[in-house]
Amino acid sequence: MAFAQFSLENAWLIPLLPFIAFLLIVSFFRNMEKTASTTAIVFSAISFALALGVVTSVLQRPELIEEPLVYSMRWFSMPGLEISMGVLIDSVTAMMLFVVTLVATMVMIYSTGYMQGDPGYSRFFAYLCLFAASMLGLVISTNLLQMFVFWELVGLCSYLLIGFYYFKDSAKEAAKKAFITTRIGDFGLLIGILLIQVNFGTLEFVELAEMMPAFALAHPFLVTLMGILVFIGPIGKSGQFPLHVWLPDAMEGPSPVSALIHAATMVVAGVYLVARAFTLFQFSPEAMMVIAYIGGFTAFFAASIAITQREMKRILAYSTVSQLGYMMLALGVGSLSASMFHLMTHAFFKALMFLAAGSALHAIHGRTDIFQMGGLRKKMPWTAAFMVIGLLAIAGIPPFAGFWSKDEIVLAAQLGGYTGLYYLAKITAFMTAFYMSRMVFVAFFGKENPENHPHESPPSMLFPMGVLAILSIFGGLVGAPWLEKGFSYWIRYGEYVPHHADLMTMASSVLVAAAGIGLAWVIYGAKLIDANKLAEKASFLHKLSYNKFYIDEIYQWMNKTIVATTSRALYWVDLRVVDGAVDGSAKLTGWLGDKLRLSQTGQLQHYAMIFFAAVVLLVAIMGMMGAETAMALIGGGK
Amino acid sequence: MTIGLTHFLVLGAALFCLGLFCALSKRNLIAILMGIELMLNAVNVNLIAFNKFVAPGSFEGQVFSIFIIAVAAAEVAVGLALVISIYRDRTTSSAEELNWLKL
Repeated sequence: MAFAQFSLENAWLIPLLPFIAFLLIVSFFRNMEKTASTTAIVFSAISFALALGVVTSVLQRPELIEEPLVYSMRWFSMPGLEISMGVLIDSVTAMMLFVVTLVATMVMIYSTGYMQGDPGYSRFFAYLCLFAASMLGLVISTNLLQMFVFWELVGLCSYLLIGFYYFKDSAKEAAKKAFITTRIGDFGLLIGILLIQVNFGTLEFVELAEMMPAFALAHPFLVTLMGILVFIGPIGKSGQFPLHVWLPDAMEGPSPVSALIHAATMVVAGVYLVARAFTLFQFSPEAMMVIAYIGGFTAFFAASIAITQREMKRILAYSTVSQLGYMMLALGVGSLSASMFHLMTHAFFKALMFLAAGSALHAIHGRTDIFQMGGLRKKMPWTAAFMVIGLLAIAGIPPFAGFWSKDEIVLAAQLGGYTGLYYLAKITAFMTAFYMSRMVFVAFFGKENPENHPHESPPSMLFPMGVLAILSIFGGLVGAPWLEKGFSYWIRYGEYVPHHADLMTMASSVLVAAAGIGLAWVIYGAKLIDANKLAEKASFLHKLSYNKFYIDEIYQWMNKTIVATTSRALYWVDLRVVDGAVDGSAKLTGWLGDKLRLSQTGQLQHYAMIFFAAVVLLVAIMGMMGAETAMALIGGGK
Repeated sequence: MTIGLTHFLVLGAALFCLGLFCALSKRNLIAILMGIELMLNAVNVNLIAFNKFVAPGSFEGQVFSIFIIAVAAAEVAVGLALVISIYRDRTTSSAEELNWLKL
């Protein structure tokens, strides 16, 4: 218990340790691969232990649910602006610390096997540490500005890791795309933060929560505006429509990175920000509605793309976009618990699936098309088993983790009165079960591809997957509805409303998931229906889905026409008008100097001549105007 | 015909113009100095004429012209010394060749 108390009081160590590991690796262990990876793992394991301590002490102090513990010190201040930096701990933070440190540690252990022999081995671990540190810093932030700093750091790390294979053009492009797309979102977020600062004079979450009710009564429109602006940030970071385009490309990084980005860092930062600033959204029904519908639409939209994709990691990436949509949907309909619950279970099974996918791709040397894999089950029994566990978890088959969390979201949509979103969520659940089983059936069952010579991955890779698999199976039970103090008791916003198991919803969810898996089995497992013929029959829809609804092409087109034309015009203005004015005045001065230089002949008599001419001129002026006015004109006194 | 102020002023103007022309057109430094002397003398003529015809009884014009003569003498002394020194250095006293201030 002393340790739990210690970790609660020293939670700042949790992000600091991976950061120290990062510093150590980049400054001393660049050429010592074993030391580098050991440092990374040991430091994040200590972070994980501390996070566990925080979780235990939070579980002993239920008052932390509504009264967060804040340790902070002044960072800087100026008139009208006081910014502190510190640690805010409540139950949501504790859960996030647990999830992030756990997934990060698992990913690092996995990476020792996966990155074996890679020339960038140490660099990879350094980036992973920095990534984990940034995300943990974001999680414990006490105010929006501190959060924004780490938010940007997370973005930087994702840029570094997606572009890890910087010598590959596609990786470079994907890294840039991720960075720029999320920057667009960050811009909205930044404006939102400024708006909040101007109106409230503070960015502290706790103070904002206190001031919010009165302010929202007086200025409902401003609150909506702030909410929507702040939400633009999460749209970018969490890959919501229409800024989702970077996330599927982000798989250009090594697979462990994808697991980390898609499960515990980066993309969940957006969901977490909405949860953290929930007070802000809570008071604006319009903003909540926007979040709910964008989330719901993204969930459906990404799932409809995932159905026809052929690359394993791309399918998983679209599934992440879709699942993040679920989380946003849950926040939008007002259920913080459901959203955070799904975030946690999703972190377990999505990390598991990405690691399993990495294991499979590792074994067959980067053949990414699932139709070229086939029959991996026999050679890689463990990986296949893990993937199936992931599938069952994400599809929502009880008692796997995804079942409980997804059900809560569906239930929340229903209770919130969003009937349309409720059905959309159901359809999406069916599609999720379908495309995930399609991937598993095609890649792991079915006919073997003779060109592949897969072999099972080493224990260093299997162990983390095993841990995540156990959590994917049992992790959801903490939120089982019959628990007296389950997940939604600990992580919630406002009063605790105990809800009872809704057997109808549960049954229908299971039915939907089973139908999805069954249909995939009929088409891709037993091959009772020819998939190609099906694709031909609905060729329009198939093409639309396979080409991701041409969103990328639309962006390209917009870029080519609107952006390029505007920038050409601006370039012309810059070149001719701005530079013209600057260069013109320089040229004028030069020309004048050139001409005036001629008067400097060094000839005494020329000077005398000019002197005389000036006297004649002055006399002439005086003669014409009278001495008084002439003197005034020249500027002389009386 | 009595000689009046106008005659003196015309004489002064003519002298001044001659001196100016000399100062601007001659190449030799000494000739230029002579032109300047001529211009100073034109001014002296004007001063004395004004003294006599506008304010007889006072001495200001005469005093001024004496000052001018004294200053001109000093100036010529300095000027000649410079010219000689330049001539020793450059073996020329032509104003056109003395343009090294420009370089």
